[in-house]
Amino acid sequence: MSFLSGKNLVGGYGGADILKGCTIDVNEGEIAVIVGPNGAGKSTAMKALLGMLELKQGEILFRGKDISRLTPQDRIAEGIAFVPQTSNVFTSMTVYENLEMGAFLRDDDISATIEQIYELFPILADKRNQLAGELSGGQRQQVAVGRALMSQPAVLMLDEPTAGVSPIVMDELFDRILEVRQSGVAILMVEQNARQALHIADRGFVLVVGENRHTDSGQALLANPEVRRSFLGG
Amino acid sequence: MEAVTDFINAVVLLLNFIVVPGLAYGSQLALGALGITLVFGILRFANFAHGDTMAFGTMITILVTWWLQSKGINLGPLPTALLALPAGIVLTIGLLVVTDKTVYRYYRHSKAVPVTLMIASMGVMFMTNGIVRFVIGPNDQRFLDGERFIIRARDFKAMTGLSEGLSIKVSQGLTIVIAIILVALLFWFLQKTRMGKAMRAYSDNEDLALLSGVDPDRVVLVTWIITAILATIAGTLYGLDKSFKPFTYLQLLLPMFAAAIVGGIGNPIGAIVGGYVIAFSEVIVTYAYKKVFVYLLPVSMEPEGLLQLLSTDYKFAVSFVILVLVLLVRPTGIMRGKLL
Repeated sequence: MSFLSGKNLVGGYGGADILKGCTIDVNEGEIAVIVGPNGAGKSTAMKALLGMLELKQGEILFRGKDISRLTPQDRIAEGIAFVPQTSNVFTSMTVYENLEMGAFLRDDDISATIEQIYELFPILADKRNQLAGELSGGQRQQVAVGRALMSQPAVLMLDEPTAGVSPIVMDELFDRILEVRQSGVAILMVEQNARQALHIADRGFVLVVGENRHTDSGQALLANPEVRRSFLGG
Repeated sequence: MEAVTDFINAVVLLLNFIVVPGLAYGSQLALGALGITLVFGILRFANFAHGDTMAFGTMITILVTWWLQSKGINLGPLPTALLALPAGIVLTIGLLVVTDKTVYRYYRHSKAVPVTLMIASMGVMFMTNGIVRFVIGPNDQRFLDGERFIIRARDFKAMTGLSEGLSIKVSQGLTIVIAIILVALLFWFLQKTRMGKAMRAYSDNEDLALLSGVDPDRVVLVTWIITAILATIAGTLYGLDKSFKPFTYLQLLLPMFAAAIVGGIGNPIGAIVGGYVIAFSEVIVTYAYKKVFVYLLPVSMEPEGLLQLLSTDYKFAVSFVILVLVLLVRPTGIMRGKLL
């Protein structure tokens, strides 16, 4: 019984189906990574879990409860947080205000959570009063992840968190994501940098044209000769 | 000594005919432009009905003012209209909420492009305009009472011994004071409150705001409420300062839009800056400078013409030219708003 799972998902954005019966799931304290070639429906699968597209088939279970009919807002209130790939910070607001917005649905004291975020991403503490739009790409990604964590989610979904950042920043971000896992959050990522992402993944899903091609632990997928040849460049 | 007196007279002349009216008119435009910029930033369309929203709010305020006057209720030296303002605001909120529910919401939910919403707002503009003309008529209405002047030109002359007088009307002083208070409240609301931050977030990045749990219906409702408050107060202050005529409020659309765009549409600080830029440009370009130069230049160089760059009949051309120039040279406006 998985914590969050989408089974046999079929659907798309109105036109042809992008997802053709794929299954994705993730458990508490686990990192699950979706990889695959361009157009495989990686991001679409994640957005389906969040409710951002209409599914023709399939069901989405969260904590054993069917959430397939809930709006994205309601799923967020249930404890799912999402970091989009682009436009994932409020550029005209300060770093602190971005974090505050992440906790918008909470009505308890958020200062302890903000301190935790500052510990996780020390640079954000220094830049707390700076506008998020003035930060570098890597710093923005940290604001974006920080904003999502402010709601104290049970599941954190990241859509290509390392897109467009330097390799050093990427390693750094993956380290932080491993730290987040320590706190028991279930993490689901879509990643373009498949090799690095599978290294830290407890579970990997290789999608091809909207279907599961391989599903295994990250290490096993890295060791699988077929996966290596087709998706990891040898 | 006479040169100094002449110079002071010239300065008083400019204060009296440019600075004081410019500040008052600029404040009225700024309040109007703030409403336009808020709707643009949050509902993402150019609201052509804003001038007539102002007319509607002012009309209600006038009707209640007349009723209060007939009961013998007044505010002494201040205009009775201030007492009637809350009624005008409440009914204008009602008007905007009803038009949103019956018109704009449908287009918003069907994800219509901004141009569709803009055209819909033109329909709302004609309808509101019709209601106002039907209820109060198309003519000029007077509703100013109480004290007229804070300083009279005659008293100023007697006080200072200058030959030029400075007069400040109660309506002008009120406009400036109320505009400062309103703007301070608005910025406090947007910067410090939970709802204000939600509105800024929604304006900045709608999808991410929704992902953070912001309720779009509440944001839209609060935006209309603030717009109604700003529009009714701006309209009433303009009516007290000049006069109330429905058609004038329709014409105010151009300078108000120019103010919002010049300042950077979607940016509240820009709307205020833009309001004063437009107001002062209009006043400066249409003022006849003859007397100023009579004071400043030697008698032999006395100018013959009026030294007026543009007749006041063409004052709307000023907003229009500034609008076109800004769109050509710096389309995001002075304070970097959104692109139209």
